[in-house]
Amino acid sequence: MIRTDRLTKAYGESVVVDGVSLEIPRGGVTALVGPNGAGKSTLLGMIARLLSATSGVATVDDLDVATAPSDEIARRLSILRQDNHLAVRLTVRDLVGFGRFPHSRGRLTQADLAHVQSALEQLDLVPLADRFLDELSGGQRQRAFVAMVLAQDTDYVLLDEPLNNLDMRHAADMMAQLRHAADRLGRTIVIVVHDINAASAYADHIIAMRDGRVAAQGTPAEIMQPVLLQEIFGVPIRVEDVGGCLVGLHFLPFCALPAPASALAPQAADVVAPQRASG
Amino acid sequence: MSAPDLAHAGTPTTEHGSRHRSPTRVLALLATLALASCAAYLTLGVRGNWAFVLERRATTLATMAVVGVAIAVATVLFHAVTANRILTPSVMGFDALYVLVQTVAVVVGGTLWTSQVGPLPRFALETLIMLVVAVPVMRWLVLGERRSTDLVVLTGLVAGGVFRAVSSFLQRVMDPTEFVVLQDRLFADFSSSEPALLGVTTLVVALVAAAVWRLRATLDVLALGRDLATTLGVDHARTTLAVLVAVTLLVSVSTSLVGPTTFFGLLVAHLAYRLVGSHRHTLTLPAASLAAITALVGGQVVFERLLGFDGSLSIVVELLGGLLFLALCVRRTRA
Repeated sequence: MIRTDRLTKAYGESVVVDGVSLEIPRGGVTALVGPNGAGKSTLLGMIARLLSATSGVATVDDLDVATAPSDEIARRLSILRQDNHLAVRLTVRDLVGFGRFPHSRGRLTQADLAHVQSALEQLDLVPLADRFLDELSGGQRQRAFVAMVLAQDTDYVLLDEPLNNLDMRHAADMMAQLRHAADRLGRTIVIVVHDINAASAYADHIIAMRDGRVAAQGTPAEIMQPVLLQEIFGVPIRVEDVGGCLVGLHFLPFCALPAPASALAPQAADVVAPQRASG
Repeated sequence: MSAPDLAHAGTPTTEHGSRHRSPTRVLALLATLALASCAAYLTLGVRGNWAFVLERRATTLATMAVVGVAIAVATVLFHAVTANRILTPSVMGFDALYVLVQTVAVVVGGTLWTSQVGPLPRFALETLIMLVVAVPVMRWLVLGERRSTDLVVLTGLVAGGVFRAVSSFLQRVMDPTEFVVLQDRLFADFSSSEPALLGVTTLVVALVAAAVWRLRATLDVLALGRDLATTLGVDHARTTLAVLVAVTLLVSVSTSLVGPTTFFGLLVAHLAYRLVGSHRHTLTLPAASLAAITALVGGQVVFERLLGFDGSLSIVVELLGGLLFLALCVRRTRA
């Protein structure tokens, strides 16, 4: 279980995460959603000891992440943040191999190589395995990093926007892989996603954040409520039930809703009552 | 290279030629070149008393080898700890700081410092001051949660400029006799080092290199950057401290023996990266060291023995290194 107790992160005056107390149970897929600047990534970073907390505690299986040995945490929890830039030139296989470092300290055994191969297969990377990362597209690189994290073979896997840069097919594949990792391999997956429909379709549990606090949490059915979503995201969202799956629609103003007067008014006025331009 | 080592290495084949070579072959080649340069340096053009000439040349050769290894390893380590391949200890002003420490010591200690205190206590004290001053500052720069590379580079360039300016100011106002003594120590000159200092610095480099070799797998991970290294269970703060201490010791060695260099480390490190085509420190550390020895000793042979241009090697090395630095900066801006 991942637990946070009044976890806070402040940069000077601005508080990014404000006293968050949470419990993320073992197993299943948990999605963190919320608008930009809600503190999702910062919260994830603190749970994974990549950012130090201003105050409060985060524990993983009762290990305080701030004080426990880093290599011990690395065998239980892995994280992928956004924007991973590398100064070194690596092939996909090299990168995924690094995921085994907590177990092998740099000497890959047969078992390590098997883990690497399986991670490459899961993310559809076998044909790209010997390519250099700087020769890949953004989405392919993203998948390579996710493969590294899966090769680390930890109980807890934290992913900050793993769907970034992915096309529709690979985004759906990625969510299915994470679902599979949770269901078949007993992993605990925590992801930050911007697409609430990905969260609704694949997560067991959704935590919605706003302004550094937890605004709501619950099952997809409990969170996918128009009133609640509007409160969290500040935009009207229509929720439809599509074959048992709740889908939120927010790109509506110009097609599904009556056109607002302001957008079409001048043209309409021209047609109805042509007027001469006045001096 | 040739067909057999393609099969042997199993390395991927892509458009760049360097990846066709097996890294062990490259290392063997570099070792051969380094040895050949050393042999040529010792034996070419000896006239008169062999024993005398050989002894003198062996001392100079040993100085070059120690300095070459120190600068190469310091640079590769610095690249790993900053997860950046443009920065080097020299660019960050480490050498300039050492010169400043030397200058201040002469100003404060006067002729007593230069004439009465032996080279070993001097080296020990100067190195200690370096550790106390440089390591905490670098640690702060590298470990800061939101510090950008640009800030680190700028800080280093400005700090290096300040160190050099203060040193040259002090050198202007100091006693002329003291200045001559100091100047003698500040110029890159391989033939004038003191035997006792050479012995101790060789030992320091050997010990640091052994410690670094044990860390080589961790260095591979460190070079991925702070977040990934931490994710993979490396104690980033502690490893960074250890590496910075090693870098400072190595820079103190090279600067105390031959004075400051600017781009030599960058040149040999990138030469090694290109040649072995791998990120693994198991390969890059020895490759950079061998490349450094080859460049220094081989360059000396070519320039002094064959072409007869005395003392112009350092100029050529710095010119090539400077061009490489510019190229790296331009490429980075475009990327």
